[in-house]
Parts: sequence; C-alpha cells; structure tokens
Amino acid sequence: MVNTPGEIWTLLRKVNDPEIPVLNVVEMGIVRAVRPLNDGWEVDITPTYSGCPAMDTIEADIKQAFRTAKIPVEVKTVLAPAWTTDWITDEAKQKLESVGIAPPVGSSLDKRTLLGAEVTVRCPLCKSEDTRKVSQFGSTACKALYQCNTCQEPFDYFKCL
Amino acid sequence: MNPDVAYLIRLGDTALVAGQRLAEWCGHGPILEEDIALTNISLDLIGQARMLLDEAGKREGQGRTEDTLAFHRDVFDFYNLQITEQPNGDFGCTIARIFFLSSFQFVQYKALLESEDEFLKAFAAKSLKEVQYHVKHARDWVVRLGDGTEESRTRMQGGIDQMWPFTGEFFGDDDQVEETLSASGVAPLNATLEAEWMNIVDSVLAEATLTKPDSTRHFKGGKSGSHTEHLGFLIAEMQFLPRAYPDATW
Repeated sequence: MVNTPGEIWTLLRKVNDPEIPVLNVVEMGIVRAVRPLNDGWEVDITPTYSGCPAMDTIEADIKQAFRTAKIPVEVKTVLAPAWTTDWITDEAKQKLESVGIAPPVGSSLDKRTLLGAEVTVRCPLCKSEDTRKVSQFGSTACKALYQCNTCQEPFDYFKCL
Repeated sequence: MNPDVAYLIRLGDTALVAGQRLAEWCGHGPILEEDIALTNISLDLIGQARMLLDEAGKREGQGRTEDTLAFHRDVFDFYNLQITEQPNGDFGCTIARIFFLSSFQFVQYKALLESEDEFLKAFAAKSLKEVQYHVKHARDWVVRLGDGTEESRTRMQGGIDQMWPFTGEFFGDDDQVEETLSASGVAPLNATLEAEWMNIVDSVLAEATLTKPDSTRHFKGGKSGSHTEHLGFLIAEMQFLPRAYPDATW
C-alpha cells in the first residue's frame, strides 16, 4: 500500500503536543518535512527550545502513530531553520487562547525587548489588555507567567521566540 | 584534535558546566517563579551543550558521544570558561554570573550567525533566541537589585565584583583554534566581541547605579584545561551515576 503525502500529514495531525495537548505537532510547526523512503516515510522534526524535554516524547508519539497505521517511519531532528513562534498558525493561536494560554504577540522576538521593552499581552479569559508579567519563565520553557489586573486571573503567555 | 572539534567542545563545555551549576538552584530559589526561571535557563544551556557535544563527537569520529564527552572526561579535559564553574554564592552572585556570561554568549552567537559552518550557523540561530531571554532576565534583576535597597545593592555589587575578574577570559585568550577558524570564516576571534559586550555591561550597570569594578580580569586558561578548584567537585557530582552504574539507562 502506498500512502500520499496528504495522508501522512493527516496522520501527523493526530499527534498532539504532549505539553500543550490542544495543539498537534503540525500546528505547532514542529514537523518540518515529510519524504518517502523506499519502504515507509521520513519525518523531519525541529525542537522548539534546545532543552525541550518534550522532544523525546514527540518522537515516540509520532513513531507510535505510524506503527498503529502500519507505516514504517524514520524521525530525523533538524536544527535549521530554527523554530519560531511565527510558525504557529492563526487557527492554533485561537485554540491556545480558548484554553487559557495567551498566544505569542506579534512576530518573533523584537530586539528592543532585550533591554527592557515589554509587549502588551491580552488576558485570555476577560480579554483585558491591563496585564502584568509575573515571571519571564513559566511552567514550560516556552511560556511566561502573567497576571490580569482586571480579573486577577494568573495565566500562561506563550512567549515569542 | 581538529580546530572545529576543539571549538565545539569549548562552547559545549561552557554551556554544560554553566547549566549544571545553575541546576543546583533547583528547589532553592528565593521565590517559586525564580526557582523556575533559573532552572529554565539551566535547561536551555544543557540543551545547547547536548547539540554541541553531539556534533563534536560525530566530527571527531572516534566513537565519543554527547554522553561520553559529558560523563567520561576528567577536569583537565574540560574546556569551559572558568566563570561557569564558580560556586553560585548568593542570588546576587548567581545573577552577576548569568548576566556576564549570557551577554557574552549573546554577542558570540550573534557573530556565529555569519559562520561558514552550516551546523554552527544553525546552532547559533536556534540558541541566540534563548540567550536573549537569559540576558533580559539577568539584566532585569541587576537593575532591580542594584537600584534597590541598601542590602540588595550591596549584594548585587558584591556579585559583580566577585565575577568580574573571570570576564577577561571571554576575550583575551584567542589561540590557534580561534585563529584558524577565524581565517576560514567559521568563528570570530573573541577579542573582536569585547566592545559590544562592554556596551551592554556599561549601559546596564549605569541603569542599575552600580560601579564597574576596576580590578584586573586576570583569570584565564579554562579553554586549555586549567581550572579553579571548584570544577572537580561539580564534575564528581554530575558524573556520579554513570560512573557508579556504567550500564544504567533511562
């Protein structure tokens, strides 16, 4: 049985990000390419952060999905081009907000932020723009901790990278 | 050892030892958010070290892996910058170290974006984004503590004074490795990075109302395997498990 690239991408869309299960690995921009091998497929994935502890799990989950579909697969990790939050689709950003995670604001890291400038992050719950950063680093490498000054709810912000 | 392998190991060891030292804060941060921040930075650094040492082992072609490089070498075969192995001290001291080191990694990785070496170029593009957050985080604390209470100011200045002598090594120790790689466009001479680093340091210290030390920055030699007495203890702890249980796996 020969699969089309479309079928392979559909299969990959069923693999969810282990730390943000509302998104799949394609929406996250982690899967970079698929290509047919003599027997099966090769899938390129790229790490979000260098030390992202979810990468091993993501690789294992992809292999499991292919095993279940009885398609041989090789998963390869690539570094270039470097992952960026710009690859998270608009639809995925809406999904993030719907589960209480503020999506990245604007495009990848603005150089001005290095020496202090801050972005305006909207509260995913009450939509107020009156929020404050509690900590640059949050529950996972890719998130910062924020709190809403209007509804007081603490929330995660998916920071730009 | 080929210059590119030596260079990868120097960068990798610096990231590895810095990450390992910072991980000692796990469960000891002054507040929960800071505990998470310090260990997040540690995780980024260890992730960077894995990429660099993995690549070094492959290029060397003698069967060494990221694991054997991290766990099967002794002190004199480590080539990290000496600032990374210094004890954490108080929070001001730790923040001073992160600030000086991540500002250096920032200018160094930025220069590597232009590297003729595809791996180093990709590595730099990936890691620069993380290091920017490290600089920003440390810079925020330097300013907040420096321009803070008398106690916080004394401690922040103390950390800056204590770490300062180790920063000369960032720029003053170019040898055959950097010279060869610089000639072929693979890596910058570290001496060329000093002006930009000093700009960052000057502007942040000024904002923090802290004083730039005038002491000499005399420590050097980490890149050729000379280390302070602290590295051995760090390595002993880091390597204990794979040495005591050589067949251990996850």
